[in-house]
Formats: sequence, structure tokens, C-alpha cells
Amino acid sequence: MPSLKDLKIRIDSVKSTQKITSALKMVAASKLRRAQEQAEAGRPYAERMGRMLSSLAANVPAGAQGPKLMAGTGSDQVQLLIVLTGDRGLCGGFNATIVRETKRQIARLTGEGKTVKLLTVGRKGRDLLRREFGSMIVHSYENLGGKRLGFADAAQVADKVLELFDAGEFDVASIIFNKFKSAMTQIVTVQQIVPFAVTATTEEAPASTEPKAIYEFEPSEEDILNDLLPRNLSIQVYTALLESSASFFGAQMTAMDNATRNAGDTIKKLTLNYNRTRQAFITKELIEIISGAEAV
Amino acid sequence: MADKVEFELVSPEKLLVSQPVDMVVVPGSEGYLGALPGHAPLITTLKPGVIDIYADGITTISNRIFVAGGFAEVTETRCTVLAEEAVEVTALDRAAVEQQVKDLAEDLADAASDVEKRAAEGKLLVAQAKLEALGGTQTAH
Repeated sequence: MPSLKDLKIRIDSVKSTQKITSALKMVAASKLRRAQEQAEAGRPYAERMGRMLSSLAANVPAGAQGPKLMAGTGSDQVQLLIVLTGDRGLCGGFNATIVRETKRQIARLTGEGKTVKLLTVGRKGRDLLRREFGSMIVHSYENLGGKRLGFADAAQVADKVLELFDAGEFDVASIIFNKFKSAMTQIVTVQQIVPFAVTATTEEAPASTEPKAIYEFEPSEEDILNDLLPRNLSIQVYTALLESSASFFGAQMTAMDNATRNAGDTIKKLTLNYNRTRQAFITKELIEIISGAEAV
Repeated sequence: MADKVEFELVSPEKLLVSQPVDMVVVPGSEGYLGALPGHAPLITTLKPGVIDIYADGITTISNRIFVAGGFAEVTETRCTVLAEEAVEVTALDRAAVEQQVKDLAEDLADAASDVEKRAAEGKLLVAQAKLEALGGTQTAH
């Protein structure tokens, strides 16, 4: 039976934990709101980029090879996986689900006899994958964007990917990230970004009411495509990063909410225990006094 | 004028401008081009330069925005500009831009590798275009 003092100490410690978790929850909630706003604000660009790309792609003469970023290298031997995780923990299963999916992809791809390379964004992803697949990690980013994630941060990642691609380091690149559905649910998504699949964006883009126009191009389609595709890659990375950061704060908020609630339950139980013990102690003392008085 | 062009300026981070305008002049990579209602569908890349927006009548410039390159899509009713960096010309600081041009010119001279050189050259072009844009505002007034 723990003494009264021990119980008191435990209650105090759980209380201070609860204070921390509830503060973290509120911080996560406000950051979530900001991340969501950012994701919202980034959507028009991605949408229009998709629209432009699909009209461009439709105009590229059939049979022409097109730029490598779209047509691919003609092989899928070397696969690059870009893994987006958070820099911090305390966010429930957020990082773990991403890492699990990554491991599954690695197992599948190596099972097919392909070479896998990894590019990790976020400290947790690198830490969790380093032990098992350390030799596959070609590059990793930490603390990307710091306080506020900007487009420049995404461009930095995209440039690295392009550099690797131009150097012939990989054939196919996919990005693994948590897609934000709600604060409670995040969907692990694997999206292929190189070579770029045009059909994917045409589906996502809202059906336009105007008839498909025949565009003029200045300079030629190919030049524009060569310019547009790297830009599009940055956008895809940026969108994924925003989704991931919104998901991260969502997951953190939910996790911290649960933790706060659990701490509350524990405090209730401990307090009950504390009061019982105290009462038992008083009763015992009373009995002692009374029996002492009777003996006199 | 009844007919207007729906002008949109979008950066990856947000939708900057979305308004109906009479005419908009964008800095296409092969020359400035004006988009009026009924323009033939066109997609073009942009060079660093200034977008002139004519929102009230096609004779007065209502707003000037500097873009550091990007893409423009023009259709009969719309003109969409995708830009990565966009600043209103009035928000540019002449002294700062001049300093930037100087610094970048030094960077270019110091650049060791080809990659560095190309990056510095690109930045210098943007900065020079900014300066040009500022010069333009002064003569216009």
C-alpha cells in the first residue's frame, strides 16, 4: 500500500504531465489551422499547373518521345522513394505508419529484383530507417522549413531529386506521405512523381466547362514542357509537404488530446485512492483513541 | 467596356490576384504580349519582367507587378499567370535592388563552377529586370 505522501507525489507528477500535453495539444491545433490554410492557398497553383500540363500533353504529337521527366528513362530498375515524416515525435502513429509503408514498399520492390534508394525528409524517418536500410539512404533533410514551410523548401528537395535524375541515379521516383483527411485520420499515400503521369492530374483537375481549346505555344511545346515539368515536380513535392505537415499536426493534436484525457483518468483514480487511504488512516486513529479511552 | 479578361496571378503559396481586367500585358519569353478579351488560346513561358494590369480602361495602368518568370495561359476569357516570385513594383526598394545587382555581379565573377555561374547569372537577370522595372515607373510618372 503506497503511503499518502507517495500518492500525493504521483498525483502531482501526472498533473504536470497533463499540463504539458494539453499545452502541446493547443499548440498543435493552432499550427494545424495554419498548415491547413497554407494547403488551401497552395491549391489554385497546383490546379492551374495541372490544367496547363494536360493541355500541353494533349498537344504533344503522338509518337514523339517528349521530355524524359514525362516519358521516363524506359526502365524501372532503380526506384527512389521519397519519405516524408515529421521532425518530432509525440504524434501518435504518424511516423510509424509512414515507416511501415516504406518498409513494405522496399520489401516489394526488392522482391521484384529492383534497386531501392531512399530520400528522407524529417528527422524521425531517417532515424527509424537508418538502422535497417542505412545504405539505401542517398540523402536526408531535417528541420525543413523551420517555423513555416515555404515553397523554397520544396524547391530544394525537388532540385535534389532532379539532380539525381539527371545524373541517372534512378528511373522512377515515388513520394510516400500522409495525406490529410481530417485531424483524426491521415491516409498514407504513395504517389509516383517521376516519370510524371499526366492522367493523374487530369483526373484531379475539376472538369472545365469550356471546350478544349487549341493552344498556340510560345516557344515550342517541348521547350515549355521542359520548363514546366521541373516546376511541376516542385509543386508536387510542395503539395505533399503541406499535406504531410497538416497531417502531422492533426496526428499530434489527436495524440495529445488522448494523452490529456488519459492523464485526467489517472488523476481521478489516484485521487480516489488517496482519499480512501486518508480516510482509512483517520478511522484507524479514531479506533486507537477510542479503545485507548475505554481501557482507562 | 462589357468584355473583360479574367486575370489571375497565382504563386505556389497563394492566389495573389483574381480580378476582371480590360487588358493585361505579360512579359512573354519572346516578347511582351497584351491579352485582350478574345485573345487566341496561348501558353507561354515568361521572362523576368513586369505585368501591367489595365483594370479601368485600356489606356491606364492600374497596377504593375514584377514577376521573376513563370508561365502564362491565355484563353478567350481568361489570363492565368503562374509565377514563383511576384512583387508589386511599388513595393520594390530601389537601393536594395541596386545593391542586389552589385552583389550578384560579384557573385558571378567569383563563381567557380559552371553550376554556380549559371545560378548567379539567373539571379542577376532577375535583379536587373527588377531595376529596369523601377526605371520604368519613373519615366511613366
